[in-house]
Amino acid sequence: MNKNKEQLLNKRYKAEQRFRLYGLSAIFMALLFLTIFIFKIFSTGYSAFQKTWLIVPVTFDAELMMLDQNPSKEDLQDADYYDIALKSMADLDPNANEDQENELKRMVSYFFEKEIKNELLNDPNLIGKTKEVYLTASDDLDQVFKGNYPRDLPEDQRRVSDYQLKIFDQLVANGKVESKFNISFFTNADSREAELAGIASSFMGSIFSILVCLMIAFPVAVLAAIYLEEFAPKNRFTDFIEVNINNLAAVPSIVFGLLGLGVLLAIFQLPRSTPLVGGITLSLMTLPTIIIAARASLKAVPPSIREAALAMGASRMQTTMHHTVPLSMPGTLSGTIIGLAQALGETAPLILIGMVAFVNTIPGSPMDPAASLPVQIYIWAESAERGFVEKVSACIMVLLGFLIIMNLFAQIIRHKFEKKWS
Amino acid sequence: MNLILFTFIVLLGFTSYYFGRKKAYTIQSTKKRLTALPQFYGYYLAIWCAIPAFIIFSLWAIFEPTIVKLLILSDYSNQGYLDDELNLIYEKTKALSRGQFTGEITPFIEASAEKYLSLRSIAQSSKVVIVLSAIIASVAYAYKRISSNSRTREPVEKFLNAVLFTASLAAILTTVGIVFSLIFQTIDFFKVIPLFDFVFGTHWYPAKAFVRDSSEALDPTMYSDTFGAVPIFAGTFFIAFIAMCVAIPIGLMSGIYLAEYASTKVRQYAKPLIEILAGIPTVVYGFFAALTVGPFLKELGTSMGLEVSAESALAAGGVMGIMIIPFISSLSDDVITSVPQSLRDGSYAMGATKSETIKRVIFPAALPGIVGSILLGVSRAIGETMIVVMASGLAANLTLNPLESTSTITAQIVVILIGDQAFGDPKTQAAFALGMSLFLVTLCLNIVALRVVKKYREKYE
Repeated sequence: MNKNKEQLLNKRYKAEQRFRLYGLSAIFMALLFLTIFIFKIFSTGYSAFQKTWLIVPVTFDAELMMLDQNPSKEDLQDADYYDIALKSMADLDPNANEDQENELKRMVSYFFEKEIKNELLNDPNLIGKTKEVYLTASDDLDQVFKGNYPRDLPEDQRRVSDYQLKIFDQLVANGKVESKFNISFFTNADSREAELAGIASSFMGSIFSILVCLMIAFPVAVLAAIYLEEFAPKNRFTDFIEVNINNLAAVPSIVFGLLGLGVLLAIFQLPRSTPLVGGITLSLMTLPTIIIAARASLKAVPPSIREAALAMGASRMQTTMHHTVPLSMPGTLSGTIIGLAQALGETAPLILIGMVAFVNTIPGSPMDPAASLPVQIYIWAESAERGFVEKVSACIMVLLGFLIIMNLFAQIIRHKFEKKWS
Repeated sequence: MNLILFTFIVLLGFTSYYFGRKKAYTIQSTKKRLTALPQFYGYYLAIWCAIPAFIIFSLWAIFEPTIVKLLILSDYSNQGYLDDELNLIYEKTKALSRGQFTGEITPFIEASAEKYLSLRSIAQSSKVVIVLSAIIASVAYAYKRISSNSRTREPVEKFLNAVLFTASLAAILTTVGIVFSLIFQTIDFFKVIPLFDFVFGTHWYPAKAFVRDSSEALDPTMYSDTFGAVPIFAGTFFIAFIAMCVAIPIGLMSGIYLAEYASTKVRQYAKPLIEILAGIPTVVYGFFAALTVGPFLKELGTSMGLEVSAESALAAGGVMGIMIIPFISSLSDDVITSVPQSLRDGSYAMGATKSETIKRVIFPAALPGIVGSILLGVSRAIGETMIVVMASGLAANLTLNPLESTSTITAQIVVILIGDQAFGDPKTQAAFALGMSLFLVTLCLNIVALRVVKKYREKYE
């Protein structure tokens, strides 16, 4: 009898331990996913911040460039750089036949002509001389140099030929290949060529959309929250507004995209693909988030503040505007930043209003067509070229960096400026 | 031009504020008592400046294009043009005046474009004149009216209250906007495709519905067996189901652990770390699912002799599940912590272990709240777009094999609407019909879930 009881007790204790273990392993799993995730992004993305350059001697032959004696600045602008560019690449292997010369040309980006031109424009005295110029390596060689590209594949499955690899290895052995910080990733607009593609256009697109979103959503949401929390009578209509807000906060984002498409583009005829439309769409999405945060922080202001102001003869509007609202601002602001961070990561609605268009210029205003960072991630992820994989991860790192900064900022505002009422 | 005018009006507003306050001070200096603080006199005048400006601006925005169009097209009346042709002429005129016209320029259109430009400039300048004179008149009138015993605080506060009220309508307007943007396209869609075919058809192949020439008569038989949404709905719920299979056990168990077992220190770190998962943009999850999880599952399957699609429902659903974990864990954590301590104490007093208390007492007590949180998670899984677009297939297969690819409502909307859309084409309308069904399903889920959670909160408050 006693032994039976003990067995039962043991069994119950074991069950207790098992249950605890399930809980612990659930948390462990969630954190494991997070770790794998971040590790994966960083390990594929960090190399995109480096860019491979080939150092190639270029002879600035005036004849090949069709230049006269003592050329002016305009002459240099209009000169023909293609031939010397081609020649300098072909000279890497004096014995190359025509096919091989073509392969040599494809070892650098198609931008190489311009890079050579810039070199001469910077220093016009180079005419007739030879100088070693940094040329952007082609995306495939870039990947080879970073070790992301399997060299041992059979040649017909590789995008780099044996011949290109041989010349490249010679260059590496001579120290003519260099890896430097990839500035163009931050200053270039999108491009079809992975080695030239940058995030500048989508970054500006994101900034403009978020600014438009902030300028619309913040005032409207704060005013709405003040009304609902401080002035609204308790009736059916107010309840209806409240149901609406709570429901909008949970409507799938793509539905807002359909709203932008069906109303902003089709009816109001606003320009397609622009951060203006994107920002308005996002503002409708963040509105409920900010309203809910602002209401919560208004609610947290203790009634004694209001009563004191009212007792001093302030009107209700004065009480609200001079006391309650300023005291609630830290909470409202941090809620706003979190709402904006959500908007910054949003993709689907922007795709529907056409912000996926290929944009290779940097937008200068919210009325110019643009992409946004998350959309850029989507565009590049859909692209088959290998070089874009690391670009995507790097772009994700930039986006996550911004989200982390915004969230930290929200935390700081909340902890530093929020009054603790007790 | 409008921007300069706007800035000028704002400046006028500040000036009127200044004059109003100054008048109040002057009154005060004559030892008369004011009925409100001096700045209210200022606000009062500023409002008198803003209201006429706002009214005139809106009237102009509404009527200017219509009137200009009427005037332009009056040249073409009695020439036997059809309405459509007149519209076309007007569009051409506008394009030409903007210098964006490509095509043959006829002298008629050129004349119209010149007339259009001159009309626009007349409209602009008359707007400036009218707005400014209206503002000056109304501010002058109000300035004369305010005196020591005129009421200024009440109208100012009433005005502010009206502004606040208008802002709170934004949420309703957004909902109306959503319904409005979806419903007309949806109705048009169901005029061509019978509702029955949409809800019960088993073939979804919208690519077949090519862009139709608008002059051609619509032939509904052309679209039969093209817009059967069953595979889409099935795929949506299937992927959501896979996601919930991942999210519910992990989310719920971590919620329970955080609420009941974890020390304050563990809780302090683990909770925000898990919530990071909710802050990661979905496009990042999509990339992860498409480039890491999908190929990994495919390789794993091949090594076990299974045929796994690189874009399997399992990859999309599994990653989506990871995304939903924090929603369920945070909400169920909140719900469990709000179960009154007395229930726990009672159970411990009867000799129950902690896990028995959780399973037999706390869980049943918290069940409505947990169900609410799961429903919110389901709603999120159904509405999730980017993961599915990137990691799951785009062709709609009717399958229950998690290793094959399926498609969802959201993915189909994106597939149809990416790039240029032709409104009035059944294919575009189909996307809106899908959007409508998505909106309705998530609306029901949200309302039920929010109600359940609210009821539960009230029970223990």
